[in-house]
Amino acid sequence: MKINSPLEAYKYLPQTNCTECGEPTCMAFASKLIDRSAKPSDCPPLIKEKKYTKKLAELERLLAPEIREVVLGVGEKAAKIGGDDVLYRHKLTFFNKTKMFFDVADTMGEADLIERVKKIADFKKFYVGRNLLVDGVAIRAASNDPTKFAAAVKKVAEVGLPMIFCSFNPAVLKAGLEAAKDKNPLLYAANKDNWKEVGELALKYKVPVVVSAFNDLDALKTLAKTFAEAGIKDIVLDPGTYPSGKGLKDSFTNFLKIRRAGIMGDTDIAYPIMALPLTAWMAGVADPVSTSYWETVLASIFTIRYADIMILHSMEAYAVLPEVHLAETIYTDPRSPVSVEGGMYKVGEPDKDSPVFFTTNFALTYYTVESDIAANGIVCWLLAVDTDGIGVEAAAAGGQLTAAKVKDAFDKAGFDLKKDVNHNTVIIPGLAARIQGDLEDALDAKVKVGPMDSGRIPGWMEKNWPPK
Amino acid sequence: MAKKVKLSEVTDMFKGMEILSLEGVKIEGDIEIDLSGLLGGGGFDPMLAAILGQESAMLAQHFGRIASMFGVPVGMGAPAAVGGVAPGVSPALAAPKLKDLIPAKFDVSKIAEWTTQIQEVPLGNTSADGGTRGKQVIVGGEKALPFYFDAPMPHRNQVTIDVFDMRIGLAKAVKENYDEVMDSPGEWAKKNVDKFNADMITIHLISTDPLVKDTSAKDAAKTVEEVLQAVDVPIAIGGSGNPQKDPEVLSKAAEVSEGERCLLASASLNLDYAKIAEAALKYDHDVLSWTQLDMNAQKELNRKLMKQCNVPRDRIIMDPTTAALGYGLDYAYTNMERIRLAALMGDDELTFPMSSGTTNAWGARESWMVGSPLGQDSDWGPREYRGPIWEIVTGLSLAIAGNDLFMMMHPTAVAVLKQITQTLFGTLEAEPVNIASWIEAEV
Ligand code: SF4
Repeated sequence: MKINSPLEAYKYLPQTNCTECGEPTCMAFASKLIDRSAKPSDCPPLIKEKKYTKKLAELERLLAPEIREVVLGVGEKAAKIGGDDVLYRHKLTFFNKTKMFFDVADTMGEADLIERVKKIADFKKFYVGRNLLVDGVAIRAASNDPTKFAAAVKKVAEVGLPMIFCSFNPAVLKAGLEAAKDKNPLLYAANKDNWKEVGELALKYKVPVVVSAFNDLDALKTLAKTFAEAGIKDIVLDPGTYPSGKGLKDSFTNFLKIRRAGIMGDTDIAYPIMALPLTAWMAGVADPVSTSYWETVLASIFTIRYADIMILHSMEAYAVLPEVHLAETIYTDPRSPVSVEGGMYKVGEPDKDSPVFFTTNFALTYYTVESDIAANGIVCWLLAVDTDGIGVEAAAAGGQLTAAKVKDAFDKAGFDLKKDVNHNTVIIPGLAARIQGDLEDALDAKVKVGPMDSGRIPGWMEKNWPPK
Repeated sequence: MAKKVKLSEVTDMFKGMEILSLEGVKIEGDIEIDLSGLLGGGGFDPMLAAILGQESAMLAQHFGRIASMFGVPVGMGAPAAVGGVAPGVSPALAAPKLKDLIPAKFDVSKIAEWTTQIQEVPLGNTSADGGTRGKQVIVGGEKALPFYFDAPMPHRNQVTIDVFDMRIGLAKAVKENYDEVMDSPGEWAKKNVDKFNADMITIHLISTDPLVKDTSAKDAAKTVEEVLQAVDVPIAIGGSGNPQKDPEVLSKAAEVSEGERCLLASASLNLDYAKIAEAALKYDHDVLSWTQLDMNAQKELNRKLMKQCNVPRDRIIMDPTTAALGYGLDYAYTNMERIRLAALMGDDELTFPMSSGTTNAWGARESWMVGSPLGQDSDWGPREYRGPIWEIVTGLSLAIAGNDLFMMMHPTAVAVLKQITQTLFGTLEAEPVNIASWIEAEV
């Protein structure tokens, strides 16, 4: 973004405070533009009235993110990459989580291919109220045969995930494009040898394209600039991902340099970056588990330092789980609150027989406990104790979770264990077991120690509830 | 309790169970769980939350060669005939829009605002400084974010491996490595150094917690002496996490290890930090300044240590708290990154090296639970491989954010973290790889 204060954005708004955008004033809307929670097109007058056309165009130019946004695929599952404005997440937030594409080869047998693609499409990990997913399929033209590649593309296209076509051979890429019309795949890749042909394909089929130059940023920028001048807008950069040794250090440095230059205004190189942790499988590591670990290590480094999209191989849960969690970690909006409001929450429609749990008001802890309970159909009272947004274990150790605090939380919530339930019992987190005695005294109630992980509440309930 | 079970049998036993809960203990037979008195015993003990491991001989086998991870010839099965550049370019495709390359030079400047160097803090005294350690470790000294091209990093990351002063419940994947030494802190420490390549040892005096064994400060200090005798690497000394007792325990430990320049872990705002600082000064040690994900609290504690307790700058290391991947790592990561950036830009209340309780990763259910407690999740796969990678990714993320010293547990996690941080640091070489052939490579 070229501007950073609401006042600067305000200049380009109609300034009528008509409230059509849902904000009370144009100034309030301008603030949302600056923190990127609204776009200029959310102001109806700006769009509808002709006299604002110029202002709208100018505002959109000023507000455009430093790193270009590129979309791959079509429909609901389309993957948007790039769009960042900062080098560190705390400065605003990162946009468009790093997209994880997993490889298939056009030399795979049909059954294997379909099974693998299905596995990619079906991967799911529940996390704080949503599912973490992986994003698409990278089809490697291992055969280097246009017919074989086109056949593989047809099969993969059926599942509807975004695709990356991987070949340095323009004839192969073209066959793929013909086989999957209007699917908007990403072409991998144009390099110093094939750039004319691959560039023409990108123009003709209107698809995004990767430019590739290994460990040569001048060459990479040259390719990107050449393509941009020819009218190709959707460009992704591949500076090379070396899997080990000095090559890896160089690759890390290249990612840092490209993103820094882009954020600082070098528009010729301000594009999304692609990493290939899959190269771990070429590094000569002896056994598959170690190799998969190393691939996850590479994925982690480049999730943190600026890859917007990556191609991976291992679909083992011990690879994919940490990878999707780290992308979520880095791209979670740091402006969202750390804590939930302290107080008594209902899970389902609890009554006087329902159990009473408590946990801390650290948002992550709270939502984890709540989803574990709700997902298992347990109806209960759940008290969020205000621990300054610190988790159970740390709060119990650090003195933010004491018997007095818990009693205070019950009092503040106006919840009376002797009246609102008929069992006068509280179940405390296993990790806060140390306060059991104190809490019994403070509340004059029965205190049962629950499991150390809320994932075990269902099993615990079977054995321990209702209390005898 | 001595029945031996194979991995396959164990897996069979658990088939059809949604998750393994505490009840599973009985089933596993030879897996020893000891939680007596340890529930919630303090802030130090995420390992205690990791109840069960699984047969991990397979793991050991897989990682047997990890020390020479890249010591084997490269070039996995890429067919020699197919190069990176494709044949069969159709000339008909070439069109006028893309005629010539428009040459461009890439250039990017260094960050001018990074004006301040992080304090170098030595750990461990050799005979030259009046101690008995075989080597000294130095952390800190950076002038840029870790591994950045703006300025070379003067010292590599260091790993200190945990030792506990009593037998405790650990995930099987971890415990398998330590089982025979768990009753002897000295042997345990030795194994960490000799077998697992620990740069340092952390001795956690957890038995001093009044809710655990209430070991006296005096007796606990003997354990510290035992560890110092057993190994000659620098050591960190941890309390039990009990704020009433830790200052006394750490002071006594500091006294018996006088002159060794240990790291006292830790001073925090909720205990008598002055007493710990005083012991550090009197007996020649460093202080770990521990706060909970709060940069301002970190500044406050550092300020108090420096101004009120007169701790010199080269004796302070910070622990701004490590939360596990999936359980608050976003806060821990950003907290460290902000601290380091503020320090580089001149905030002299934050220009200290950082330490991470990376072991906290074992508190994440993904690192130890048999399967997901939520039915709709994709299969979580074998857990014996999830734990170490959870510890690696948690640690590596913080290494990139600016962390210097890692308190860790699983030998594989230690080996891989060292491999990657030293690669980015620039001291590890590997055979060059022809990545241009990745499209055809057999993977
Ligand atoms: S819709 Fe546009 S003109 Fe109306 S208040 Fe919002 S910003 Fe102002």
